[in-house]
Amino acid sequence: MSWVSKTLSSTLGRKLIMALTGLFLILFLVVHLIGNLQLLLPDNGESFNLYAESMASNPLIRVVSIGNFAFILLHVIYSILLSRYNKSSRPIEYAVSKASTNSSWSSRNMGILGTIILIFLLVHLKGFYYEIKFGEMPVVDYAGVTYKNVFAIVAAAYSNLLYVAFYVVAMGFLGFHLSHGFASAFQTLGLNHVKYSPLISRVGFGFSIIVPALFALIPIVMYIQSL
Amino acid sequence: MILDSKTPEGPLAEKWTKHKFNVKLVNPANKRKYDVIVVGTGLAGASAAASLAELGYNVKAFTFHDSPRRAHSIAAQGGINAAKNYQNDGDSVFRLFYDTIKGGDYRARESNVYRLAEVSVKIIDQCVAQGVPFAREYGGLLANRSFGGAQVSRTFYARGQTGQQLLLGAYSALSRQVANGKVKLYPRTEMMDVVMIDGQARGIVTRNLITGAVETHAAHAVLLCTGGYGNVFFLSTNAMGCNVTAAWRAHKRGAYFANPCFTQIHPTCIPVSGDHQSKLTLMSESLRNDGRVWVPATTDTAEKLRKGQIKVNDIKEEDRDYFLERKYPSFGNLVPRDVASRNAKEVCDAGRGVNETGEAVFLDFRDAINRDGKALIESKYGNLFDMYMQITGENPYEVPMMIYPAVHYTMGGLWVDYNLMTTIPGLYALGEANFSDHGANRLGASALMQGLADGYFVIPYTIGDYLAQTPPKPVDPNHPEFTKAAKEVKDRISQLLNIKGKKTIDHFHKKLGKIMWNQCGMSRTAEGLRKAKAEIKQLKKDFWSDVKVLGANEELNMSLEKAHRVADFIELGELMIDDALDRDESCGGHFREEYQTPEGEALRDDENFAYAAAWKYVGENQEEELYKEPLVFENVKLTQRSYK
Amino acid sequence: MKLTLKIWRQKNASDKGGFTTYPVDNVSKDMSFLEMLDVLNEDLTEKGDDPVHFDHDCREGICGTCALHINGKPHGPLQTTTCQLHMRSFNDGETITIEPWRAKAFPILKDLVVDRSAFDRIIQAGGYVSVGTGGIPDANEIPIPKTIADLAMDAAQCIACGACVAACKNASAMLFTSAKVSQLALLPQGQVERKTRAEKMVAQMDAEGFGACTNTGACEAECPKGISISNIARMNREYYSAALSSQNV
Repeated sequence: MSWVSKTLSSTLGRKLIMALTGLFLILFLVVHLIGNLQLLLPDNGESFNLYAESMASNPLIRVVSIGNFAFILLHVIYSILLSRYNKSSRPIEYAVSKASTNSSWSSRNMGILGTIILIFLLVHLKGFYYEIKFGEMPVVDYAGVTYKNVFAIVAAAYSNLLYVAFYVVAMGFLGFHLSHGFASAFQTLGLNHVKYSPLISRVGFGFSIIVPALFALIPIVMYIQSL
Repeated sequence: MILDSKTPEGPLAEKWTKHKFNVKLVNPANKRKYDVIVVGTGLAGASAAASLAELGYNVKAFTFHDSPRRAHSIAAQGGINAAKNYQNDGDSVFRLFYDTIKGGDYRARESNVYRLAEVSVKIIDQCVAQGVPFAREYGGLLANRSFGGAQVSRTFYARGQTGQQLLLGAYSALSRQVANGKVKLYPRTEMMDVVMIDGQARGIVTRNLITGAVETHAAHAVLLCTGGYGNVFFLSTNAMGCNVTAAWRAHKRGAYFANPCFTQIHPTCIPVSGDHQSKLTLMSESLRNDGRVWVPATTDTAEKLRKGQIKVNDIKEEDRDYFLERKYPSFGNLVPRDVASRNAKEVCDAGRGVNETGEAVFLDFRDAINRDGKALIESKYGNLFDMYMQITGENPYEVPMMIYPAVHYTMGGLWVDYNLMTTIPGLYALGEANFSDHGANRLGASALMQGLADGYFVIPYTIGDYLAQTPPKPVDPNHPEFTKAAKEVKDRISQLLNIKGKKTIDHFHKKLGKIMWNQCGMSRTAEGLRKAKAEIKQLKKDFWSDVKVLGANEELNMSLEKAHRVADFIELGELMIDDALDRDESCGGHFREEYQTPEGEALRDDENFAYAAAWKYVGENQEEELYKEPLVFENVKLTQRSYK
Repeated sequence: MKLTLKIWRQKNASDKGGFTTYPVDNVSKDMSFLEMLDVLNEDLTEKGDDPVHFDHDCREGICGTCALHINGKPHGPLQTTTCQLHMRSFNDGETITIEPWRAKAFPILKDLVVDRSAFDRIIQAGGYVSVGTGGIPDANEIPIPKTIADLAMDAAQCIACGACVAACKNASAMLFTSAKVSQLALLPQGQVERKTRAEKMVAQMDAEGFGACTNTGACEAECPKGISISNIARMNREYYSAALSSQNV
């Protein structure tokens, strides 16, 4: 085995992959959120549609987006590998366990949280990404140029209360996932220091509330607008 | 047989150096042809096993624990002495030697003690190199604290866990040799007997504690590093597993047992709370720096307090008797361990003891807290106070602590010569298992020093002298003596399992403990000892006819393990009593009420008892024979201790 | 106090095992938890039943031998070793469930006794400074800043009881392993073998079948010696940097 595969197949190596892909996805969330918040601009979707077009046409973004998918996939695959490995490390469970007294619920249930987020992601991709890429799209003209009217699809989707509820709930789970994942990634990378660790966990805590809340705000506002 | 201590000739300070030159050496290529068995993996055992393996010998290391790191050396709190003189306060090898000899009440061998002081400095170097995190000053150099019985600061420490850190250092050195393949480790394996071939120790019989398999192991030399026998008292600060079995088996094969009655009682332990008590917990001696020891002045007050009719904090100043300060104005609460212990017993015997049992005295921090503030006291003793609170459920910042003396260390052990060899050729005893360095009383922070000195710096030299005279051909593991010894062990096991009596093993152990504590504990009388001897003889009979050992040999069977150990403790108990009866004097931890000064202090008899008493086992249920090794003091003047 | 004990009984490593319930009375609040079990065992012995086997030795919280999972937590409700737990932490009439440490790397030997030799093998893989006896320079030739010595001591306090493994949902031994890696990585004495040590000890930890760390912090919360998970972060750093820069290909 080469040193690379040896390192990456060790428990620490696998954790490293989880942490690095996790941090990338955290970064992605920020970028995605900034883009999506344009949905709330009072211009009937113009800036959002222009932004969607620029994203679709920019080759760099295309590369990044492929990378993004790859990282999601890696994050999922390694989490499955690690979960299975970890599960096998304790073949017989305790009859009584008071784990709640020594650790947070989210930290112990990242797998469940992750699975729910993955389901959300698939629905999300099917609803928007797939439709935009391969579906029949309405169009809109700005200054004589025709653009795909992504905003219209989003608006249509967010006029459905069930859909909105699903989104909001999923963001709640994302929040819990992040509440552990954010600081945990830093810990795994070894970035632990008396001076900075409290800051990291505070930022992580804030991040895990603010980012999912803003994501959840979009469908709520658009639903209200649709009434 | 005349006991030959093999002490080298010449001036004290040159003995060890000369001896190292004079001993025979095993040539490096031949070392791999010798097998050495090390029994016990505490400070002495782990350091010896690692050091011998580094030299090239093939070592087999045995421990009844699941890991070498569990040995009871780990529980030592205070520190380790070394004559480094880092503090520039006048310490020297000779001063450490002198303090140790005097502290031992002049009942130790000069040459051994001097060597101990001499190698002490190298121990610290060795441990630091291993990564032992000793306490440090802000400048990055090593810190020292002072300890009882010394007027210099020479104690090195790692918080309150010095024993742990030193043991983990030795354990790491041992682990490295296990990884190198030079040490084969046998955890959860108990030594059951020594195998003798042609009058020499050539192996051991062991029992695998998981499977019950009785096995034999051959070697050119056997090292017993199996600790002390404080658990003969049932209640002591020793770990539950500490036992005398290895040493006692060796004794029965011909190794003399020296000064068995020299036991150390530590004054500051948490008192017994009830019959269920399984062990006692030591509180560091340092508490006596600020705590004041007292009991109610009258038996009447004491009784009311015991019955809960009055509260301790309501007892007025004039109704308190600070008995140590009253009797020893110049040393006060800081008198040596034996003096403090005896006085506590005295006031309790007089009916002025506290706690529901009446067997405790107060150690009060009220005045210290008023004087220095709670914060300072907390910074000094916080962890000890927490420990006390956890065990007793009482808050020592608000009510006085209660303490009582408890058995802590045994100075006696297998007799060894200057080379640490017992009277059986090829059989060595190291650390607390031998008798050599502490005389009748051990100074604080000296046990760790001795264990490591023996293992790191003495045995690697002295064992060569013996092995060089032993042909380097393998010991035949099929020699009939191995089969014979193994059969004896198996017979004893089935004997124990087949008594099928009514009483539990602990029943006998507790009974033994009570006899020993009452008659051979803090103070002894000829009359009491004679009574105790008869009781123990009866106890032994009862044990072998009425003990109940459940289960089978072929399984993990902790009852069976314990039965072996208690059986040996009973026999040792009788020998301790013989030894205490023989020694018609008081010295160190051995206080015979008949021999005291008018002020009630220990009265030594140097003319008649300046010897180490080495006992020879002659046969089942026969009186052991006493051999005396005269102790010659050429470098110190024998004086009476006074702490008034 | 009267109590009901639900204890895991298992004859040997190959036995399936199961819970047996024992009533005990005459329990005093001042008893330690292990003394309470002693009382039970004396009772069982008198009745001719095999006493409950459990590991214990020093009973003062330092040897790390005792290891019981009590009412869903390693070493019971307090952050101490089992031997330092006293019955005043329980209520009259309570049912107490006692289980062995559960981990693939800690096979059960009998009842509540588990085999923790995996820890020894992790130390044997590199938890030492390779210096032989003798030939050592004076101890004060290596000054070590007090803060560093204190940090090393914090890590060195580990008693290898295995509560970290028992508490971790993944039965991970990261806290144990990292405590030793940290101690020696912090000290100047440990620098020479620093990289190799991290690589070898982690490899051995994995080979023993301990799980991976998911940073739940349960180990730190249950550690009777309060070993910090900052040691785990330090071990991660040590390992990654060793993987990238050591000479071991």
